[in-house]
Amino acid sequence: MTTRIRVNGREREVQAATDTPLLWVLRDELRLTGTKYGCGIGMCGACTVHLDGVPVRSCALPLSAVGSREVTTIEALEGRAAEALRRAWVELAVPQCGYCQSGQLMAAAALLASTPRPGDEEIDAALAGNLCRCAAYHRIRAGIHRAAELLEG
Amino acid sequence: MASHSTPDPSTPPDASRRTFLKLSLGAGAGLLIGAYLPRSPAAATADTPLSFSPFLRISPDDIVTVIDKHLDMGQGNATGLATLVAEELGASPEQVRTEFAPSDPEVYKNLAFGIQGTGGSTAIANSFEQYRRAGAAAREMLAMAAAREWGVPVAEIEVEQGRIRHRRGGLEAKLGDFAVAAARLEVPREPRLRDPAQWRYIGKSFPRVDVPVKSSGAVDLYGMDLHLEDMVVATLIKPPRWGARVRSVYSARALEVPGVIDVVTMPQGVAVIAESTWPAIQARRLLEIEWDERGAETRSSEQLLAEYRALAQTPGLPALSRGDPAAALDRAAHVVEADYEFPYLAHAPMEPIDVTVRFDGETAEFWTGSQLQTVDHQAAARVLGLSMERVRIHTLWAGGSFGRRAIGDAHYVVEAATLARAWGRPRPIKLIYTREDDIQGGYYRPLYLHRVRAGIAADGTLLAWHHRIVGQSIISGTPFEAHLVKDGIDATTVEGVVDMPYQAEHFRVEVHNTRVGVPVLWWRSVGHTHTAYVVETLLDELADRAGRDPVAYRLGMLGEDPRRARVLRLAAEKIGWDRPPAPGLSRGVAVHRSFGSYVAEIAEVRMREDGTVRVERVVCAVDCGIPVNPDNIRAQVEGALGFGLGAVLRNEITLTGGRVDQANFDRYPLLRIGDMPQVEVHIVPSTEPPTGIGEPGTPPIGPAVANAIARATGRRVRTLPMSRHGLA
Ligand code: FES
Ligand code: FES
Repeated sequence: MTTRIRVNGREREVQAATDTPLLWVLRDELRLTGTKYGCGIGMCGACTVHLDGVPVRSCALPLSAVGSREVTTIEALEGRAAEALRRAWVELAVPQCGYCQSGQLMAAAALLASTPRPGDEEIDAALAGNLCRCAAYHRIRAGIHRAAELLEG
Repeated sequence: MASHSTPDPSTPPDASRRTFLKLSLGAGAGLLIGAYLPRSPAAATADTPLSFSPFLRISPDDIVTVIDKHLDMGQGNATGLATLVAEELGASPEQVRTEFAPSDPEVYKNLAFGIQGTGGSTAIANSFEQYRRAGAAAREMLAMAAAREWGVPVAEIEVEQGRIRHRRGGLEAKLGDFAVAAARLEVPREPRLRDPAQWRYIGKSFPRVDVPVKSSGAVDLYGMDLHLEDMVVATLIKPPRWGARVRSVYSARALEVPGVIDVVTMPQGVAVIAESTWPAIQARRLLEIEWDERGAETRSSEQLLAEYRALAQTPGLPALSRGDPAAALDRAAHVVEADYEFPYLAHAPMEPIDVTVRFDGETAEFWTGSQLQTVDHQAAARVLGLSMERVRIHTLWAGGSFGRRAIGDAHYVVEAATLARAWGRPRPIKLIYTREDDIQGGYYRPLYLHRVRAGIAADGTLLAWHHRIVGQSIISGTPFEAHLVKDGIDATTVEGVVDMPYQAEHFRVEVHNTRVGVPVLWWRSVGHTHTAYVVETLLDELADRAGRDPVAYRLGMLGEDPRRARVLRLAAEKIGWDRPPAPGLSRGVAVHRSFGSYVAEIAEVRMREDGTVRVERVVCAVDCGIPVNPDNIRAQVEGALGFGLGAVLRNEITLTGGRVDQANFDRYPLLRIGDMPQVEVHIVPSTEPPTGIGEPGTPPIGPAVANAIARATGRRVRTLPMSRHGLA
């Protein structure tokens, strides 16, 4: 069955059952493996992508529900906020195993888009759905603060 | 990945290398695969690296590649080993790359284990000399080659920050300029190591080699991301109770799912093989499997605990015995008698388990975050009926492990090998665990019960300590048994108790190792996950009884243990122990040694109105010998502490009738960002050899938080997790 979706600025035709979660369409059909599988039930945030700029859990979104909305994955996360985050991530050596980081960055970029100078509580709330088993949380928080600073400066 | 190669003069040509070489051609392009491709100087061109030792290659285009014999699962050993080589070699961080070594039990063995593998926080400790020597040998070879070419005395040549220099003659070159000439020289047997006073990177800073790529987020380093041509994806349904076997399978409906190729019954369970991941997951629920549960484990956690409590009434196997604790307890002014219960725990690395196998009947390759390469390699060869030379293990970056990928029975490699053999088709198979498979799959930190009686004199002097531990051995029946089980005692069950620093004249530790059908395994910091909790909370309680300050009380007993005393003092000083905490906060302290390193943690907690605890801040002091990479030490302590905190707050695996009650993060709730305290890590300067850092941050956090809760509420938490008591 063919479904058309817009991913990272391009129209894509995918052959997959329409109940296939977007996560597996991205990973297996389109080979965009930056988006990770962690739980499959919307509890870990490893699979976070943006749908028209809003962070969603791609493991809980069937292909049929994507519709005409624009999907952005970590591979195409760009712009000033994304750059600032990546710079801050390197500066503070945020990732440990790194597996959760695509989801963390997607969530953090969405936060900075709406809240340019978030406080700890806003960060904790916005990233509450993103698990990091390495518990690099301390640096994730610091990284977002640093990115916000870079964006201002 | 480069794939050209020629024989290497510095390593003897052996059959296994040649086979490896043949198998490596064309493998998994685009991935950071740890291919060890021997090179010849004669064939060197600008991008062909030259092998200076099994640990190091330098290419004429000035790239230095450090071969990491370990698995890096986020703990940073790739950077640690790169730091050691770069320091001695005189390389600059920008020119250093790393890759994982192939499986070779001899060349790449962990010097602490005797086989290739990573664990016990040994990666830097066992490599400290080896990798520095590799770097130093290459430096001397480069210097020699330059001296000959320039016609100057070798003693006048310096190699620093990526440059080979003869100052007086004003001569200068890149490392790569002399790579070809240097690689032709003999490898010096006793290279001279640099004076530690001149270290540029060790103990200072060296950027993490994996951070830039991981910070892009768009990463395909992990086994889960591997894609080979013509590959299929498999999932494996294992019995709902350990010890059960497949009786019959009705697979017709599952086979109708588009994308499903086959259903394969094997001793470990039933595998679904599909063209991609979703059908392999989806079709599982359409399988009708009847299990033969004769001999399966059917006990519940509560039943096991009841049995453990009964066992704790009886003497166990003595691990250590001194004096007469029973008599001394009768004379003590205060006696604390307590049972502690610790649940089964899952590791739940963020990347669930996966392994890809390609087997053509004669040779096989495996790609996985292999933590015990030698064990995985041997098991794969055995199952496939091949010699080890015909099996190749590619170690990939792992999305966490915490012990989960270091398995004595290599179960998931065995499962993939069994499947490849049973299926009999040459297509590569990626076997993945779903999160449910991961949480329910066993290999847990065991359930433990401790029964302790400790007595002090009126002035607080510790008189007697009688300690019984009941629970499964994680070592019996594994390849580590000979090494770690002595006189029937699994050393990992009692570590942290038998070596406790608080010396009671009358001291006895006994063990009942139980037999349960649940597979168990080491979990970040192993026995210390439970022993540190018991020792450090009970000691705190004794300090309370004696009316003593918990830091001063501990320090009073640490005379013989200056390194432990020092980290405790440092943490107390940094948090301002002699001043009370801010209003509404209470403090708890713990100090513990594990994997050769000393960590003190002082937690400040706030009790919320709903009775739950919020850990606001933790101040840590660490002595891990020479701090090779201070920033990574801080990162590891932050993470290890968070890992331990999540477990003590909310995690438990429970069984009902032998079945696991939890399946995913909804009922196995990991620590989230809002739970993470502010963390400060202070590192004690040291000239002692480096010791572990991946694990030692974990043990003290539980008792530090429990002690803070006791200070705030008067409640001593002895059964974990804390969520059981409404505390989280
Ligand atoms: S994989 Fe989607 S939330 Fe965990
Ligand atoms: S860095 Fe490992 S899970 Fe977040």
